[in-house]
Amino acid sequence: MAALLEINNLSIQFGGLRAVDDFHLTIEKGDLYGLIGPNGAGKTTVFNLLTGEYKPNEGVIRLEDRDITGLSTIEINKAGIARTFQNIRLFKQLTVLDNVKIGLHNQYEYSTAAAILRLPSYFKTEKQMNEKALELLSVFNLEDEADTISANLPYGKQRKLEIARAMATNPKLLLLDEPAAGMNPNETQELMDDIKYVRENFDMTILLIEHDMKLVAGICEKLTVLNFGRILTEGETKTVLADPEVIKAYLGG
Amino acid sequence: MKQVKSISRTSRDNIGTVLMIVAIYVLVQILNGAGLINNQMRGLLVPLCVYATMAVSLNLVVGILGELSLGHAGFMCVGAFASSFFSKLFAETMPVFPRFLLAILIGGIVAGIFGFLIGIPVLRLNGDYLAIVTLAFGEIIKNIMNVLYVGRDANGLHFSIKDQMALGMLPDGEMIINGPQGISGTPNDSNFTIGFLILLVATVIVLNLINSREGRAIMSIRDNHIAAGSVGIPITKYKMLAFTMSAVIAGCAGALYSHNLASLMATPARFGYNMSILFLVFVVLGGIGSTRGSIIAAIVLTLIPELLRFMNDYRMLIYSIVLIVMMIVNWNPKSRAWIQAHFGRKKNNEAGKEGR
Repeated sequence: MAALLEINNLSIQFGGLRAVDDFHLTIEKGDLYGLIGPNGAGKTTVFNLLTGEYKPNEGVIRLEDRDITGLSTIEINKAGIARTFQNIRLFKQLTVLDNVKIGLHNQYEYSTAAAILRLPSYFKTEKQMNEKALELLSVFNLEDEADTISANLPYGKQRKLEIARAMATNPKLLLLDEPAAGMNPNETQELMDDIKYVRENFDMTILLIEHDMKLVAGICEKLTVLNFGRILTEGETKTVLADPEVIKAYLGG
Repeated sequence: MKQVKSISRTSRDNIGTVLMIVAIYVLVQILNGAGLINNQMRGLLVPLCVYATMAVSLNLVVGILGELSLGHAGFMCVGAFASSFFSKLFAETMPVFPRFLLAILIGGIVAGIFGFLIGIPVLRLNGDYLAIVTLAFGEIIKNIMNVLYVGRDANGLHFSIKDQMALGMLPDGEMIINGPQGISGTPNDSNFTIGFLILLVATVIVLNLINSREGRAIMSIRDNHIAAGSVGIPITKYKMLAFTMSAVIAGCAGALYSHNLASLMATPARFGYNMSILFLVFVVLGGIGSTRGSIIAAIVLTLIPELLRFMNDYRMLIYSIVLIVMMIVNWNPKSRAWIQAHFGRKKNNEAGKEGR
């Protein structure tokens, strides 16, 4: 069976800068994979390439053997990749529940006429969406905040809500961009538990970018290390983190 | 199952908005029946409905979609001319009720087509392009209407953008659109009740749209279009939906407006840039995103200049002070907190908009 995600020879150039150069990655179904590297190494650029935000100059991205290179963000999401953002991007003026329901958008449907005329299909589908959204929120202990405007959530919960919203799109692969950034150690611990829970209970494959080495060492099984847009090393977490090259890249030695 | 408070609160708010419109209608009818409304005020009733409908329409673009339209008077103009043209054509051949109903629909549809055509290139872009293009559209439409000549005689319709002579009509021909003189003699079909119904229907449509799957998608684009794309919301489609729907409503308001005028001319005072800005002022002062607020602002700001007519030169001075006071009350965090504390029906914090 083919891998869930297969990236080969991926490159993108901004002017004279090759932000990502000859990147490759293979993720099997069920993996919890980490992408690490110093600031500016090109990690988020890889995410932006994967989700169609940027179009690569070279390379092929395959999701379950389907070539998704160059598709729009919307098509890629429908194909099964969902993401969170390094700088949180919630629908700030909307409630927590509505944020998740927007994630459910493509899985439920009723016509515009049904909405405007308030036909039975509207009420039926909305009820299903509410139930599904609350179910997802309860995974992240957010169900009590369902009525809160999302901008007013504490920081840690905003990050969790982003994950819940991404999960709502029913992805095959979940990309988390620095999920623990700005969290205190307790929140990070909670987040680690949540990520593990999601992975086990939803059978989710996860690729995450993270600087928090405790989190990376704690949950990731495999790592790829980026430096200056190129792969420095890759492999099992323990071996990679012990690699003197990696330590050197991080400490700038 | 856990109860979701915000949903029942929102639907309560929406019912409140609809009840408010009905209450205003009933109140005006009672006052009118008791002879307490003078002629000048009575003449203002239909324009009030027109402006309130325009405010609802523009709020959909500015408050819900988060795009700026500076040419909404242009859509109203298109709707006004299209519907008047239709009514003139069938003035003798159709009974009043179906004719006016069709005229309103035609006004809405033609304006909607223009909205759709403008949206195709512009709504693909992010940024202020819609404001620029709609601004130009409003001015262009007004000028086209001023050079458009349409006449009808035994041979059918004649069009020209030169002058009346260029139509080459038979002597018994009748002018329908006469350049700068516009359309005169549109049947006077509008009245307050029809205006009220249009406002009511527009409000219900917009509120029901906002609180649906598609409305949430539209608001997600406003709040963060990158995140909206990342969860698979087809951004251009929903921008088009909101903008076209807003243009349709503006076109219907235009039909209502033109059937209340003896002669319809595309003058700057009626369809110019200042009108578009006035509609924007309704939306901003009503609290961007709040349909109810937009309607209230439209009514208050239309009535004030008329009620203050006895003050002559000081009229606009007072008007501007009212604008400033409304802005402060609606947008100052302290005053918002005060309103929330005393009329605690608002959402549980200042980021939420009342009643949407």
